[in-house]
Amino acid sequence: MTTVSLELDRRFRDAAARESLLDVAYDLVDSPIGTLLVAATDRGLCRIAYDAEPEQELDRLARAFGVRVLRSALPIDPARRQLDEYFEGKRRRFELPVDVALLADFNRRVLQELARVPYGEVVTYGELAARAARPRAARAVGTLMNRNPLPIVLPCHRVIGANGKLVGYAGGIERKEALLRLEGALL
Amino acid sequence: MTLPPFERFYEAHRQEIFAFLVRRLGRERAEDAFQETFLRALRAYPKLRHGEHLRAWAYTIAARIAIDEHRRPRADAELPELASLDGRPAFAELEHLADELPPTERAAVVLRYGYDLDYAEIGAALGSNATAARQAASAGIRRLRKKELP
Repeated sequence: MTTVSLELDRRFRDAAARESLLDVAYDLVDSPIGTLLVAATDRGLCRIAYDAEPEQELDRLARAFGVRVLRSALPIDPARRQLDEYFEGKRRRFELPVDVALLADFNRRVLQELARVPYGEVVTYGELAARAARPRAARAVGTLMNRNPLPIVLPCHRVIGANGKLVGYAGGIERKEALLRLEGALL
Repeated sequence: MTLPPFERFYEAHRQEIFAFLVRRLGRERAEDAFQETFLRALRAYPKLRHGEHLRAWAYTIAARIAIDEHRRPRADAELPELASLDGRPAFAELEHLADELPPTERAAVVLRYGYDLDYAEIGAALGSNATAARQAASAGIRRLRKKELP
């Protein structure tokens, strides 16, 4: 049979990444809360998507980062490993470079603050806004959390309403609950 | 038509390009040529201005690599020395000459006379069939003759 073997396919995808020919590499990563589409540029992790429609997600990545989008396991391996460890309860902090270069200034500042919210703790939308020096921007922070390009790694699941309610989560409230339970923040 | 993400281009054409390379080079050498074809495509990809004729473009790259592979001396086989006649391969001449042809005719002419693909293969590359490929190639040649020999 003259079909491309898995081995040959893998070799090409690895070589493309190794030669730095990709604008974005992505792969699918299994997790207890569903399959994640994880993407990275040369600068770092740029997208984690729940329930990704690959077609749409590829177009979105191509528009944002360039047309050389290719599924390639190699560049995603560090993120896969750390996500696995996180879901096994063996990792409390992610050590991965992230690429949020495309985000506006305020959004980047909020995400930086978000990244500092420790494992197993929660913060309110208003408090996070205050930490990013915009105490009255709770609503804007909510919107940004809803569009967080890197859920789990940038822990928007740790941001909750002032009344202690979980409020919402782009990946679905059950996932937010599952993540907080995993971290011991919810019983 | 905008350029699709490379993944989609690769998924759409990898099987037929590999089959084409196997016919040209045999299975073993086709594997290296396959990787080289898509790495070369990846390097050039962002420079493409639109997403048309991507299939013919992929075949053109693969055909060129197959020719290079043929010329490369192999450790395990004795190949007759190929004398280089004018130092400039046929496809390079043709691609230049055919630049102003309509895209389908251009692809048919270049693939037929520059890379020596048969009409069935060209038909596959153009998403049509052998008959249409033959017609496109002869229309292209007629047009070139008119231009070159007024």
